[in-house]
Amino acid sequence: MKKYIKYLAVASLVFTSCDPEFNDSVESGDFYTAGEADFSNFVSVGNSLTAGFADNALYIEGQKNSFPNIMAQQFKRVGGGSFEQPLMSDNLGGLLLNGNQIMDTRLVLRVDEQGNPGPSNLSGTPTTEVTNSVHGGQLNNFGVPGAKSFHLVAPGYGNVAGIQAGAANPYFVRFASSDEATVLGDAMEQNPSFFSLWIGNNDILGYATSGGVGVNQQGNVDPEDYGPNDITDINVFGSVLSTLTETIASSTSGGVIFNLPDVTNIPFFTTVPHNPVPLSEDLAVILGANFSAYNEQILPGLVQQGVITQEEASLRQVNFSSGEGNAVTIVDEDLTDLTNILQGPPFNLSQQQAQTLGQLRQANENDLIVLPAANFIGSQVEGGGSTAVNGVSVPLGDQWVLTPTEQAEIEQARVAYNSIIQSLANEYDLAFVDVDQLLQEVAEGLPTDSGVLTSEFAAGGAFSLDGVHLTPRGYAVVANRAIDAINEKYGSSVPNVNPGDFRTVQPSNN
Amino acid sequence: MKKLLLSLGLLLSFYSVYAGGYRVATQGQRALAMGHSGVAVVNSAETAFFNPAGLILLENDLNISAGVTGVFNSTSWQNPATGQFSSTERNVSTPFYLYASYRINEWLAAGLSVYTPYGSRVEWERDWPGSHLVNEIALQAIFIQPLVSLKVNDYISVGGGPIFVTGSVDFNRNLTRSLVDEAGNRANVEINDSGITNWGWSASVMFTPTEELKVGFNYRSEIMMNARGGDATFSNVPNSPLVPAENGVIPFNASLPLPAEWSLGVSYEFSEKFMATVQVDRTLWGVYESLDISFPGSDIPDAINPRNYEDSSIIRVGGQYKASDQWTIRAGYYFDESPVQSGLFSPETPRNDGHGFTGGFSFEINDKLAIDAAFLFLRFSEVDESYDAYVEDGVEVPFEGTFKSNAFLPGIGITYKL
Repeated sequence: MKKYIKYLAVASLVFTSCDPEFNDSVESGDFYTAGEADFSNFVSVGNSLTAGFADNALYIEGQKNSFPNIMAQQFKRVGGGSFEQPLMSDNLGGLLLNGNQIMDTRLVLRVDEQGNPGPSNLSGTPTTEVTNSVHGGQLNNFGVPGAKSFHLVAPGYGNVAGIQAGAANPYFVRFASSDEATVLGDAMEQNPSFFSLWIGNNDILGYATSGGVGVNQQGNVDPEDYGPNDITDINVFGSVLSTLTETIASSTSGGVIFNLPDVTNIPFFTTVPHNPVPLSEDLAVILGANFSAYNEQILPGLVQQGVITQEEASLRQVNFSSGEGNAVTIVDEDLTDLTNILQGPPFNLSQQQAQTLGQLRQANENDLIVLPAANFIGSQVEGGGSTAVNGVSVPLGDQWVLTPTEQAEIEQARVAYNSIIQSLANEYDLAFVDVDQLLQEVAEGLPTDSGVLTSEFAAGGAFSLDGVHLTPRGYAVVANRAIDAINEKYGSSVPNVNPGDFRTVQPSNN
Repeated sequence: MKKLLLSLGLLLSFYSVYAGGYRVATQGQRALAMGHSGVAVVNSAETAFFNPAGLILLENDLNISAGVTGVFNSTSWQNPATGQFSSTERNVSTPFYLYASYRINEWLAAGLSVYTPYGSRVEWERDWPGSHLVNEIALQAIFIQPLVSLKVNDYISVGGGPIFVTGSVDFNRNLTRSLVDEAGNRANVEINDSGITNWGWSASVMFTPTEELKVGFNYRSEIMMNARGGDATFSNVPNSPLVPAENGVIPFNASLPLPAEWSLGVSYEFSEKFMATVQVDRTLWGVYESLDISFPGSDIPDAINPRNYEDSSIIRVGGQYKASDQWTIRAGYYFDESPVQSGLFSPETPRNDGHGFTGGFSFEINDKLAIDAAFLFLRFSEVDESYDAYVEDGVEVPFEGTFKSNAFLPGIGITYKL
């Protein structure tokens, strides 16, 4: 028996070292080629999209599925090193600042008692304390959620003292090397050999997701004046992007740069229709009576007086009918403000009525209603009586609707930003990812190894539950596009990933 | 939202709980050393397994053979399209055998066999890229068989007996390619059942036209292993009505065929010292059309998984040379045809056609006792294959790549005769 045991022990040693080897192993180091690129120290610079932000939060699993981390795992086949990220403390998401919660936990897909699924915060208290710095040692992911272009070169953006005033970013505070550090400076400290740069989304997105309550800052070249929901001046964007690209590209073997997608085909704006309001017959009759004098006498009267055009009068017609499909009412600050005129003769409306009708119209298919309005439209106005319904008798405020005028401002900036990005890609001979094109394809339905990916909210698979950021599967598709662009530019042969290996939205009733 | 429900509803399609193409043929060191050919060989109690008709032909009244083999098998997988690579743990499984026969009179012998023809174990790295098909599988079936061997006349003997099987199965895989719980852990199911029993039988005939020539035929019946009320343990499942499973243990039912096989062989003693044998085995894997698993008392839909195995053949050759009074050396080869069809190449039975190279010896300590040793190296060529029957959101999602396997099976045993 002893002999047998000894025999097996020896055999184990011998045979465990005899793994079957492939004639041509993917691990051999020469199966794939790095081409002209040096992937040994890949550093990513950007915003939430680079950080792996999803479901309105940053959390460990999301970070592990960030597109640069997905790319970095593939780079390991062509000499890539490890990819270190400023990982959060948990999978809940959310932030504490000196023990006080300043960011919510992530959204999960919860099924309510009626059986309807919808986004809801994962329960629990965040454990990631902003003041617990994770700075030190190797770091590769410099994606800072919320960062606009100019923030990446702004000293003090990682100073905890600036958070309250909005001058600093809690996510950067966590890993900034010092109070005066810049994101770009810290990234360069890592001596990157290859980089990714995707920045500028927030330069228009804050304006968009706030329904255009911010200011379009074209002509104002001092970002210190900007509020969080403003559109960045095109020249500011251009100058910052030049600095960023030149700084990083000049000391690396190469990199990949991403343009900015059209915000108007992301689920945040496409999920809530302009006409989601169902009305009972009784309510429709009451509302119809309320607005009949306005439609048939007041508006034509204003046209006659020359206060508004016939075109505006048509736009301002308010019609309700029983059943589904009633358009919401909104305040459109681009309409002529009638508040004062309506209080005077011959209309003589009360101040309250005049204010309600002052810049009121019904939304149409050109308006984009923001995702959070889903739970607001149709709710009762507090203390307003049974007919006081938000989005119906009480119009939606500016923050709920992105009007065509606001969309045009965003689009004007975006097109300019994108041409800047494109020309920098050409100037520095960088790999270029047309995210605009990619998300257009997703909106139309992008075939992957696990079916067709669309931008339908929750079910489409590409967008996370905040309607803006991507799911891990969406980020995997971005990573593949980036890899394709890099392979083409640098003659490398980095392999793609299977997007189906990455999840979509997370169902949970926790 | 329907789409999400649909995709999660399909997560419970199971993929084989059964190491089909990996029937572990190590039922005797002397036979194994000759390419596992023994249907026409009479040299020890090992014939109880290979051809019980031969038991009455053994020279001694009491014959005992026992042994154990260490199975070191490993498979590597890579997908050049994605750069993914994984390989199985080199777990050792230890199939064993114990055979005894006793001659009651000139024409009748009785015997008893205990052996483990199914004992495979495959363990991939947890959460590897094929984890939606299998993380780990371990199957064991112990066959216990009383035997009689009857000499009909000088040329023909017959043998056989009922087989009692007791088995266990342990299988682990992730529910889908991407479902995770709230903490990011992959949702997983492990099914486990032991004490699964059933009956079968085997019967054989040995034809000895001359002193030197033997022709043997053996048939072993199909045995259906019916797992009833085993434990299916779900873990890391997110807490959501959208997922048709929840963490915890529920019963499962499944039926797994151990297919019938027959062997036909011939051996010839060229001299006192040298004997050679040729044999063909046919395993009736065609019975394994589909693996169906149900979860009685739960809403989880039955899992119907096509297998479509095909009957397969194994060609074996071997020889032995009696080098001295004490030493007998043996060598052999076999070609093992895989029952797995292209396009249904699942990583739980990652076996393509294999070549087995064998060798071994017996050392007689004295007239009664001998030590038997055998070694098998099982070589598989590199193969590009896929498993196409995995469906996600109504879309077939092939799991593909290049597989390469090998196995080393050293074994040791004793033969006792009186």
